[in-house]
Amino acid sequence: MRPILRLLNDELVERIVSEARDVLCKLGVEVHNQGVLSMLRDHGARVEPTKSRVFLTNTIIDQALDTAPKSFKLFDVLGNETHDFSDNNIYFTPGSAALNILDYPHGEIRKPTTDDYVRYAKLVGKLKNIASQSTAFIPADVHEKISDSYRLYLSLLYCEKPVVTGAFSIEAFAIMKDLQLAVRGTEEELAAKPLTIFSCCPTSPLKWGEVTSQNLVDCAASSIPVELISMPLSGFVAPVTLVGTLVQHTAETLSGVVISQLANPGAPLLYGGSPAIFDLRYETTPMGAIETEMIDCAYSEIGKFFGLPTQAYISLSDAKQLDAQAGLESAMGATLAALSGINSISGPGMLDFESCQSMEKLVLDNEICGMVYRLIEGIEPKDDFPSLPKFEELLREKHLLISEHTRRYLRGEFYLPGQTIDRTNRTRWQGEGGVTLLARAHREVERLLDEYSPSRLPESIKREMKKLMEAEARRHGMKGLPKTNW
Amino acid sequence: MGRLAEILNHLQQGNSEMVSNLTRKAIEEGISPKEVLDRALIEGMNIVGKKYGDHEIFLPEVLLAAKAMYAGMDVLKPLFLKEEVPHRGRIVIGTVQGDLHDIGKNLVGIMLKGAGFEVIDLGNDVPPEMFIEAVKREKAMVIGMSALLTTTMPVMGKVVELLRQEGLQDRVKTIIGGAPVSKEFAQEIGADAYSYDSANAVKSVKELVDEVKERYGGNP
Repeated sequence: MRPILRLLNDELVERIVSEARDVLCKLGVEVHNQGVLSMLRDHGARVEPTKSRVFLTNTIIDQALDTAPKSFKLFDVLGNETHDFSDNNIYFTPGSAALNILDYPHGEIRKPTTDDYVRYAKLVGKLKNIASQSTAFIPADVHEKISDSYRLYLSLLYCEKPVVTGAFSIEAFAIMKDLQLAVRGTEEELAAKPLTIFSCCPTSPLKWGEVTSQNLVDCAASSIPVELISMPLSGFVAPVTLVGTLVQHTAETLSGVVISQLANPGAPLLYGGSPAIFDLRYETTPMGAIETEMIDCAYSEIGKFFGLPTQAYISLSDAKQLDAQAGLESAMGATLAALSGINSISGPGMLDFESCQSMEKLVLDNEICGMVYRLIEGIEPKDDFPSLPKFEELLREKHLLISEHTRRYLRGEFYLPGQTIDRTNRTRWQGEGGVTLLARAHREVERLLDEYSPSRLPESIKREMKKLMEAEARRHGMKGLPKTNW
Repeated sequence: MGRLAEILNHLQQGNSEMVSNLTRKAIEEGISPKEVLDRALIEGMNIVGKKYGDHEIFLPEVLLAAKAMYAGMDVLKPLFLKEEVPHRGRIVIGTVQGDLHDIGKNLVGIMLKGAGFEVIDLGNDVPPEMFIEAVKREKAMVIGMSALLTTTMPVMGKVVELLRQEGLQDRVKTIIGGAPVSKEFAQEIGADAYSYDSANAVKSVKELVDEVKERYGGNP
């Protein structure tokens, strides 16, 4: 039996949705984008032009929910299927867009460079329980105008896995699409085999900025999947209660579903988010708070009520180092997310309120994800009945170590983590140097990087992407790109 | 593939029947029993032990390989005639008095045999005196003791003490193991070694045997 967590009963889900619809229809949502406002007006929404406010109708919302795909797939750079966002299937992806990287071994933060990004992309390729890349941090050694597209470029060059990403400007979308077209060949092929997911974020409360709403429309028009990332902060720019926050999250996310589906009915999307409670003592937005994680799981239930695939920024931590807090918050989030069937689970590797990526943490989180995958497989009988023959064998042989049953099910029944997780006897652990978690994780990072083999994307495509990226860099006044060797 | 390499291969797969048949064939083809033993059976178990240590394979595969090795040994044994089957040293093992937990001890026994030692297993609930009698009778080089209960751990100390009283502490080395036992406890009671698992026990026993051999040469 697949274990499933539910935090809301049906009645409460329906009430939250109905309240959110009320908010959208009676209070409306601000959209700072003339094109999007006209599009909404053309479909029957009332627009108050001076305030950029648009009032949706239940008909528009229903239509959008009707056309939004109930599932979609992702494919790697070689065109192989990697994700099937449907039912309660879950996939992990690293937390994205960190400003800093945690340096080993001193635990200091610094601005990441191209080299850091390449190491990251190579590492993600080797992590079995992380299904996609995300553009996890922002290389500081290129012009900021290309810092979004450049991350995608490096990801597509060095790792075969699909990419969760996002554009920082309206203009950047063009090059970020062109890079994908270079990989896929044609618009039709890209639409048929999505390679990326773009994050599109409304601003709380109930507002769409020009850039993100335009990105949302542009992605929809090209059938590039998006994840709608609403970020209400309980007690600050959202009601302090979890239910109140959920009403706001639902309203903001539904407004995104509407914009996407009006732009192109049937465009793929994830019902996602990155809400948080607001810690009124430190004025921070803890991603590892249990209430933050509860909001995530609950809005995923609401997304599933609409029949949509879901996403959340949930398996991450606010700790500053790879310490016990980092482990407990990430593991708790990953476990709850998996039990809730959140289809795309973002967060591995991330620390410090989504601002700092750590390669060592990514390796640890990969093990958390492995354990969580095991958890959701649940407990199933495997040639266990009738039991008597097995116990007769046990009493006869005194152990079942070499029993055929043991050999058949050992590898599937237990998830055996890598050496980042310490399961040695204390004497052995001491004898092997008493290595701490951080050092073990680092050793694993280096081991996996040593095993790296280049992406099998054809060289001609890599060269084409390089040309595209170099032209983009020149357009922004750079002489060239930082040196990399693929 | 040469015959010995073939045996080596099937031993690692834990295929007892093939190891038995191929060992027989090797002998028919004129390869000496000693050579089959050293270069196929023991060498095979060395490789298996290494793979186990590197987490390439797990305990069930090791035990199956050991079983396959015994199958090969059964073919070789009669061929050594009156001469003993060559071994790396004789080890007496047992779970100490008052303790009936013998799973860990059995595992160590299997691994030691796999590594080419001759193992005299006294079973469980073994009184200290019985260990001493056994090492004298069998001319063993090492006593391996196991305990799972904290209440029976002191018996290990008694065995070490008895060995000393008999003046055997240099000729016969002691190694202890079991869940509540530790390196510190081994030092406390004067045991020569402690091991935390069966693979580690093999490594430690090899060192202890080498130590005795260096001092006394061959079987004391």
